[in-house]
Parts: sequence; C-alpha cells; structure tokens
Amino acid sequence: MGRHVVLIEDEPNIIEAIRFLLTREGWTVDAHSDGSDAVDVIKAANPDLVILDLMLPGKSGMEIIKDLRDEESLHRLPVLMLTARGQARDREMAEKAGVSRFMTKPFSNAEVLTAVRDLHAQANQE
Amino acid sequence: MARDTLTGSRIRERRLFLELRQAALARQVDISASYLNLIEHNRRRIGGKLLVNIARVLRVEPSMLTEGAEVALIATLREAAVDAGKPVAELDHADEFAGRFPGWAEVLAGEHRRVATLERTVQVLSDRLTHDPHLAASLHEVLSTAAAIRSTASILAETGELEPEWRDRFHRNLNEDSRRLAESSRALVNFLDDSTTSAESRGVPQEEMEAFFTSHNYHFGAIEQGRSSPAELVAAAPELLSDAARTIALDILELYRADAETMPLAKISRAVKGGIAPGELAADFHCGLPQVLRRLAALPEDILGRQAGLVMCDASGAILFRKPIVGFALPRFGASCPLWPLFAALAQPMVPLRRQVVQHGRHAAEFECLAVAWPQEQPNFDRDPMYRAVMLILPQADSPHDAQAVGSSCRVCVARDCAARREPSILDEGF
Repeated sequence: MGRHVVLIEDEPNIIEAIRFLLTREGWTVDAHSDGSDAVDVIKAANPDLVILDLMLPGKSGMEIIKDLRDEESLHRLPVLMLTARGQARDREMAEKAGVSRFMTKPFSNAEVLTAVRDLHAQANQE
Repeated sequence: MARDTLTGSRIRERRLFLELRQAALARQVDISASYLNLIEHNRRRIGGKLLVNIARVLRVEPSMLTEGAEVALIATLREAAVDAGKPVAELDHADEFAGRFPGWAEVLAGEHRRVATLERTVQVLSDRLTHDPHLAASLHEVLSTAAAIRSTASILAETGELEPEWRDRFHRNLNEDSRRLAESSRALVNFLDDSTTSAESRGVPQEEMEAFFTSHNYHFGAIEQGRSSPAELVAAAPELLSDAARTIALDILELYRADAETMPLAKISRAVKGGIAPGELAADFHCGLPQVLRRLAALPEDILGRQAGLVMCDASGAILFRKPIVGFALPRFGASCPLWPLFAALAQPMVPLRRQVVQHGRHAAEFECLAVAWPQEQPNFDRDPMYRAVMLILPQADSPHDAQAVGSSCRVCVARDCAARREPSILDEGF
C-alpha cells in the first residue's frame, strides 16, 4: 500500500520541489494551498503524514494543528511544520500545539526527506 | 553631603588634575599647607578672597569650585544608580563623586544616556518586528522564496538523471524565484532602512498618518480658519502615500473639523486661560466630553499652557490615533498596557474617569489621564453599540502619592508580578 502525504503550502515552487522529492521516494503527494479548509482536506484524504506551512491564507498552520489534534481520528497523525519563523518560542508553541516536528525555512531537501522518513517510521512503530 | 559643602573636594580634585602640590598651592595663596588640607577635606568652609585666589591659581572660575558639577550630571548619576536595580550604598554621595571625579562622572552619565537611547531603539524595533504585519509578510516572502530556491537548486545539483521535462520546469522555477527574491529583498531593505526619510519606507498607513500629523504639530490652522477642508489637506499631504493612510487621516481630520466648529479657537483659547476644566467646557460649548478631550489635545501648547498627549482606541483596544507626549510611551504597534484608564473607560461607557498615573520605566513621570468612552453611532435597538474611547494625557507638576503605575506594552515593561501581563518583557535581565 502506497504512502500518502498531504502538503498544505501556499508557495507553488516549494510544492513542486517537495512533490518531486517525495514522489521519487514512493509517496503520493496531495497539495493544498488554502488554510481555511485544510482540516477538511486532511480528514478527507486520511494521509499517513501532513506537511504544514505556518503562515497560510485563510487559517494559520497553528490553528490547523490545534483543530487536527481536537479530532480523535487525527490525534496521532504525524505533522511536519514548515515555517519562516524559527524562534525558540515559535518552536515551543508549535510543539505544545501538537506538531510532531518543526523545520525552519529555508530548509534543505535532505532535512525534509529525513524528517518525513523518521516521522513515518515512528508512526508505524506505535 | 550637600553640594555647597564640597568646595574643598573640588579644589583638591582640580589641584591634583594640575599636578600641583598642596604645599605649592598653599604658598601661592598665602595659607599653611595644613589649613589647605583641612579645606580640601571639607573641614573648613571657604569663601571670599581666599576662594578667589585659589580659583585664580587653579585657573577656574570660583563658581566651578563652589557649585561643582552640573545639577543635570548629578541627577543623571542618581538616575543611573536607581536604574541599576541594585542598592547603591553611596547614593547620597553622587555629588561628591561628581565633584571629585568629574571626568569619570561624565563617562558614567554618558554611558547611562547611551543605554537609555539603546533601550528606546530596542523598544521601537521590537514593536516593529513583533507587530508590524507588513514586515512579517515581507520576511515570510523572502524566506519562502529562499526555501523554494534552495530546494529546487538542490534537486538540480544532486539528482543525477533528471527527466528533461522536470529539469526545464525547475530551471523555470529557479528563474522566477530568483527574480522574486531580488524584488522582495529590495523591498525589505527599503522598508527597514530608517536612514532614508522617504515616506515609502514607512510602509504602514498608521506611520504615514503619524508623519502627516507630526508635520503639522497636530494643529491645522487652515481648518481652524476655514481656509481648507480635510479632504483638501489630505489630498495635498506628501506624507500620505497609501489610500489606507489617506482614509484614516481623513476620518481623524473630519473629527478635528467638527470639534473646531463646536469649539472655535478664539473661544476655547479664552476658556482655557484659567485652567483646564473639561466638564465646564463641555457644558459651555454644549458638547460631549470626548469632543472636549480631543479638542484640548489639538490646541497649540502656547494656548493650552502645557503639553498634552492623546490616544483613541476602538472597542477591541486597537489604537486609532495617538499624539505622543514625552514621558508616556504609546506603543506604535500592537497591544498597549491594559491598565491605562483608556481601557477602564471602555468598560464603563459614558463615565468620565480621571486617574493619576505614572508609567514604569526610566523616565517615570506623573500624568493626569482623563478618559471617556462614547458610542460611535447613534444607539439603536437593533444592534449593540460600538464604543470608542479617548484619553487625554496631561503632565503633572506635582507627584501624586497615590498615582497608579501603568506600562507601555508588556514586551518593554519592567513591572514584575503584574496581573495584567500578557507576555514576558524583553527588557528583563534575561534578555
């Protein structure tokens, strides 16, 4: 069974790059750019992992992660958060809200791939 | 020790500065070295001809020896000691220190002033970085574009066999993103570059509006005299670049015109000659207190007889207008201190509040704040009223003992154990 990631990101060329990287690793990538209905998109897709930008039109990544963690079925879904705000307090707030891993822009492809592999492996062990 | 009893210390300091032996000075002014020693240790008072002679030998004015360091220098030293936050046992000896070691005292006072300037810079930059939506969006744009470029370039460099279709697409993306990055970086640098005075660098409508009001010193003679309408002034204002700034400025100027028509300059100038009594002014001019408070803040200082600051907010607490006043910090962006009487007035619409306040910080000055909230529109049964509040800020000559301590905004407030605190201060010792 294929691995499935939902990517919530409003920067088209980041979407393109991540889609390329993960597709080559065997992932199916669904991308979505609007924060306002992101939770519905994720619920409908029922993915193995979510990559979530912090600053999104419609609804922030922080609000989205809180909504996800309020959903019983999505409580343990691995979420990798990408953000331009890399201060310690932003990381702390994100972790408190339930983000599985936090990565600041600009990130390297290797970092993204490592994080995705780790989060997926951890989720499968649990 | 009182300053005028330190003449001896200053004589000693000056003599040592000139590398003149005590005996030599004593000989030149025709007294014994032991008597000069008593004078230099402030054990004998000195004045008259002897003081003049000693001053002549030491090549200073006699007043330099009797009055010593400037009052402002001593005041700055005391302020430095208080701001250090630690008990200084020798606090009472600040003038002796300034008298004996004027050079070092100047260094300390200069450093203290420099710290104060830097703290103010931190406050402004912190406000801007934390709350400026334009800046946050610009930074996000730059970093997101950089992330896209890094990721795309990495794919092109590290992927051995890349299909031509993907390769062409990534080359195109790289080209687009590098152009975007150049543009957004330039915009960001322009925005941050405070050295330029161009209005483009201000970037947010409130700053444009503030620059406009500051350039007129918050008083518009052309409106007072009916020579120009608010719309004409706004249209001609070089400071107002954006439509948003022009709209905000026009709203405020329309209020200004209405206030000026209700309370013409000549009449209110006469009315405030005997003092500032907002209640009486409201009755005399048949208007509300909010109008009176706004009008008082718009009067030139020579008419009002004192400085006046003003701040207006809406029901969410968002600051709509601010006329700064020295000693009472009004944050440019973001939330203010909830302890301000302005916000207490919002909780009790139409109830005038008069509070004596002192703001935490380096230049803690006392102010009388007069605040009132009023419904923005005619009350209607069909919907809840929308309130706005205004607060006039008047400096106090006397220090009230029961003044209420308030802050500016949490990030730059040093108050500890404050029930109203929302977030830690960056001016705390840990910063």
